[in-house]
Amino acid sequence: MNEFLAVLMDGLIYSSWLFVIALGLTLIYGVMKILNMAHGSFYALGAYAAASMVGYWLNHGHAPMASYGILVLAAVLVGLIAGPLIERGLLRFMYGRDEMVLLLVTYALFLILEDVIKLIWGVDPYFIPEPYSLLGTMDIASLTYPYYSFILIGVAVLAGGAVALVLQYTRQGKLLLAVIHDREVSLAMGINVSRFYLVTFTVGTALAAIGGALTAPTVSVVPGMGVEVIVLAFAVVVIGGLGSLEGAALGALIVGLVRSAAVHYLPQVELFCIYSVMALVLIFRPKGLFAAAEVRKI
Amino acid sequence: MTHTDKTPFVLLAALVVLLALGPFLPKSLFLLTMSLGKGLVVLGLVVLLRTGLVSFGQGLYYCVGAYAVGSLSQFASVKNAVLLLLAGTLVTAILATILGFLLANYRGIFFAMLTLALSMIVYGLLVKTSTLGSTDGFNVPPASLLGKVISGQSNQYPMFALACIVAFVAAVLTNSYLWTALGQLSSAIRDNEIRVEYMGASVRNAVHTKYVLAGALAGLGGAVTALAIGHIDPEMAYWTTSGEFVFVAILGGTGSVIAPFLGSIIFEFIRTYAYQYSPNTWQLVLGAALLLLIIFLPAGLWSVFARLRRRT
Repeated sequence: MNEFLAVLMDGLIYSSWLFVIALGLTLIYGVMKILNMAHGSFYALGAYAAASMVGYWLNHGHAPMASYGILVLAAVLVGLIAGPLIERGLLRFMYGRDEMVLLLVTYALFLILEDVIKLIWGVDPYFIPEPYSLLGTMDIASLTYPYYSFILIGVAVLAGGAVALVLQYTRQGKLLLAVIHDREVSLAMGINVSRFYLVTFTVGTALAAIGGALTAPTVSVVPGMGVEVIVLAFAVVVIGGLGSLEGAALGALIVGLVRSAAVHYLPQVELFCIYSVMALVLIFRPKGLFAAAEVRKI
Repeated sequence: MTHTDKTPFVLLAALVVLLALGPFLPKSLFLLTMSLGKGLVVLGLVVLLRTGLVSFGQGLYYCVGAYAVGSLSQFASVKNAVLLLLAGTLVTAILATILGFLLANYRGIFFAMLTLALSMIVYGLLVKTSTLGSTDGFNVPPASLLGKVISGQSNQYPMFALACIVAFVAAVLTNSYLWTALGQLSSAIRDNEIRVEYMGASVRNAVHTKYVLAGALAGLGGAVTALAIGHIDPEMAYWTTSGEFVFVAILGGTGSVIAPFLGSIIFEFIRTYAYQYSPNTWQLVLGAALLLLIIFLPAGLWSVFARLRRRT
């Protein structure tokens, strides 16, 4: 029973982490039809920015409690700097080209960002364990969890809820839905599509960076940390259906729970099972669980 | 049909030049052998690219081909190099035939994602298989041909020559395939599948055949690489390896079966020297080069040659 609870808890925590990252990916794909291979690099950028900013903050003897704010601030800064820079400076010249070309463009971006990170932060690992241990731990039926893990769950719920509410209940959200539905007609109706693209890409980048920033205290921040995250996030959004918000949530839950079950019961199949689930879903639902029907063009 | 295809003659000339120059380039032999091995994988990818399909999982066959060679050599004591290469190709061709039934239904991003997932499954399996060395992989014993040991650090020419001949044969065969009606269907499928179906051709079968060809070529490439390096590890199936193949395919272009090898040789040399001189920025250089290619030379380096030839 205890082990089962542990599987559930670990799975939920892992799912939340995945969801925050995958949300950005699915948002960017849904609006811009770009499957962003550089998403993992934004995650790594967030982690590095958080590590150096929190490190600086703590070294100067400021209040450690504020480091949580700094984590989020670092991620938002990464989003606000990297997002517009890449969208305005590169991607906007590529719109209208084939999805595969855009995939390759972001692959090039991934290669570039991997080294940019090394150039800025060097190759030595960064550690900022303070925010992780600061809050203490909580016992749930003889299992001990750090409170920090619940922040992750909270952030995931908050981020998902916020995006869903904005899309459904605000004027800007409804305009965005129109852009998603038909870019050309929206343009003809006077919607500033390129501004929506800019905002979407920035928000997506910031979400990946938040995922990275919140992970930074729990791991050592090293070069190449985003490489595996990309394929994990791909697995999540592909399972759920590219561009679908509910899909990303369900995909994250599935991947998170499957992985944590594998880790607890059958550690040999940990990696194998995540991608098997992805392949299985693609076999039976070729466009993912929540994919919208597409018009076939002759 | 007034157009005569000169590619086989160019390939033959390239083979003769490479075999003749080989003994004078002792330091580059290993790199050239590796380039040819990876060039074979890229050649298969080019067949898919011409059809409009991008596989982000060719590492799967590259790895399985290499592991087939490694296992046969290590556990069944098969030492004949030609036999090993054929086995690597055959195993991957069979695997690609099976997986092809599934993949022939997918296009675009979903094809890319499913191939990626499948290759990551193999990676995940190999990483946890301790009999095959887990993450470390294992060493492939030197292979032999006509009673002589051909792969090893001391004398790299025989392995290089074998790789040249294998690449030559594969390129000529692929080239003649591309000139058949089924091969020519590639660009038609890329442009409009439904019209191809109206014409009476089966898109599914065509895609399946191309996928098997690409898988077998990737397996052969992996087999050559396994013999050349003498060591294999699961990293060969990781998605970054597959990404690299896609990169080289874009670099070379899809205009000719020579392009993948040209792209591969240029890529390996640039990467080796860039890595030596600036280990922390070589990926940046690669990424920037890829962007420039996509923007200014979308048909790859080969299109430069094609343009020059048209002008003369």
